[in-house]
Amino acid sequence: GGGHYNHAFFWDEMAPPDVAAKTKPSAELEGLIKNSFGSMDKMKAEFEAASAPGAVFGSGWVWVVVNQAGDKLSVVGTPNQDNPLMKGVLAEGVAFPILGIDVWEHAYYLKYQN
Amino acid sequence: VLTMQIHHTKHHNTYITNLNASLEKLDAAVSAGDISAVINLQGALKFNGGGHLNHTLFWENLCPAESSQIKSDGELNDAVKASFGSYDELKAKFVPATVTVQGSGWGWLGYNKATGLLEVATCPNQDPLEATTGLVPIVGIDVWEHAYYKKYSNLRPDYVNAVWDIINWETAEKRLLAAK
Repeated sequence: GGGHYNHAFFWDEMAPPDVAAKTKPSAELEGLIKNSFGSMDKMKAEFEAASAPGAVFGSGWVWVVVNQAGDKLSVVGTPNQDNPLMKGVLAEGVAFPILGIDVWEHAYYLKYQN
Repeated sequence: VLTMQIHHTKHHNTYITNLNASLEKLDAAVSAGDISAVINLQGALKFNGGGHLNHTLFWENLCPAESSQIKSDGELNDAVKASFGSYDELKAKFVPATVTVQGSGWGWLGYNKATGLLEVATCPNQDPLEATTGLVPIVGIDVWEHAYYKKYSNLRPDYVNAVWDIINWETAEKRLLAAK
């Protein structure tokens, strides 16, 4: 179930590079990013650190999530096909993914190896 | 071949590098009496230390197909017979268990010191067999995707069956004798 949800979420959030380049966060999202991380670059840096080799032990996903109150974003990692929406997965409680990246090796091995 | 080269020179190497880094941090934390830091390092130690242990065991239990021979006598043969009935029955347990590991992990044939019998077991991620289950590793197969993806893509069963044919049963027997 998690595997299906996560991958559907993943395909949905991607676009061809030229199309993606024309998109940008809404004012509301920009505000949240600034309040939660300081800047888009800082969010990206945190996201990359959370996806680095050994950051997730084994297979899993890395997410940008928004909390239940809707006022803070954070970067979290989940194992195997878990999702932040699942009860008991995140210590801080259920959160809503807005962006996710698959860091199972199958997602990158043929092109990037290790 | 390329899969194995990358596996050894990149993946295994990274575990060792990161293990050494973790051990240095552990030394510093122990010297400073920083219990919190010591505990904090346990995840990285298990992951990288396990990764090093497991891969070392893996390389050692592989050999060219021509050399991979199941002896019809000796301690290992006796143990396999007593524990499973035959090598075919062992394989019939080992392969499905290993193929169905969820996510990353390893399939093992392990020796149970308490019962004197062999058992099939699996561990997630790089959790080392003996520290996790008490079983002494006799044969291990890596089913992290990096172990097979370039050659087999998602066909993990094909990979596990292929590795079964290049297991070094002499090494396995040596490990069993050492465990006893």
